[in-house]
Amino acid sequence: MSNTRVSRRQFLNYTLMGVGGFMASGMLMPMIRFAVDPVLEAGAAGDYIPTSQKVSELTEEPVRVDFTYDQVDGWYESEVTGTAWVYREGDKVVALSPVCKHLGCTVNWAGDSEHPNQFFCPCHAGRYEKNGQNVPGTPPTGPLDEFDVKIEDDLLYLGATKPNTLV
Amino acid sequence: MLNKIYDWVDERLDITPIWRDIADHEVPEHVNPAHHFSAFIYCFGGLTFFVTVIQILSGMFLTMYYTPDIENAWRSVYYLQNEVAFGEIVRGMHHWGASLVIVMMFLHTLRVFFTGSYKKPRELNWMVGVLIFIVMLGLGFTGYLLPWDMKALFATKVGIEIAASVPFIGEWIKILLAGDATILGAQTLTRFFAIHVFFLPAALLGLLAAHFIMIRRQGISGPL
Repeated sequence: MSNTRVSRRQFLNYTLMGVGGFMASGMLMPMIRFAVDPVLEAGAAGDYIPTSQKVSELTEEPVRVDFTYDQVDGWYESEVTGTAWVYREGDKVVALSPVCKHLGCTVNWAGDSEHPNQFFCPCHAGRYEKNGQNVPGTPPTGPLDEFDVKIEDDLLYLGATKPNTLV
Repeated sequence: MLNKIYDWVDERLDITPIWRDIADHEVPEHVNPAHHFSAFIYCFGGLTFFVTVIQILSGMFLTMYYTPDIENAWRSVYYLQNEVAFGEIVRGMHHWGASLVIVMMFLHTLRVFFTGSYKKPRELNWMVGVLIFIVMLGLGFTGYLLPWDMKALFATKVGIEIAASVPFIGEWIKILLAGDATILGAQTLTRFFAIHVFFLPAALLGLLAAHFIMIRRQGISGPL
């Protein structure tokens, strides 16, 4: 202990501030933890979702594959439809996410007649090469995401999306 | 009768100085449109506040019918607009008023800028005004989602992607706004409703109080 004497006024100040701070944090802590819960929630492991796309029918031309799955949004469960652009590359199957890396619109293969061999986003004319590489000079800042792919009985299964591994 | 009630209360609580402090003050000649018509540019701040009051009132009444739930939000808006008496008017007030607030606030900002009113000693009031501007944009952004139609959904998708592009903390901001890492759905709507109806209006009222106390304390800036 040091020799500095704590005056009665200082002592009361410290205790009141301490007790007050404790009570305030006891009030605020539950509310803040409540509000940020979605940030701290662990991400659910991605299951593979079956599609009706036969792998043997895939060519080097990307085709649109729609798939449905049960989505749990808090207390609300629903069946939602997702989309992937799928093509064959040698003996590998590539499935790209249609979500534009600019601002999240939906891209189409050959959506722009002037660029028949590229993905095109109609919102701000973003373009991507077939492997998802964004075309320099267009708005997107990165390549299209890629789905994890699994093949069973010639049917295509799609998993979680991950950053593009092809470019 | 009313006078007697007033006197009865005033005798006990001495309320006259309170409202005198608020209501009795000089309006300098250079900001009075009755003297120089061009002084109407000094009205935009007051008009912003006037439209804000309309927004708060019409919004309070809209929540009597509105439901922040993805199954029912659109239907409740459709119902209150088409089935409820004067629903089109009340929703119209809130809808058009939202844009008008932004316009008036922008004109007010231009006036303050071009008359140089932000200069010493009024820098703090300019800063609070900028915070009010941000809160107003937040109110516009969160309110836009609430009808839960296609336009609202996709505008919010884009808006949240813009928020997510903030360096380092963008992803957290996105999840905090959307309530989920990937889905823009039921939890997003309830969050936006809470932010639109409770959090931002509370912040707005506090900032407006600071804005008004400061202008009253410092007075309106002098003529050009």
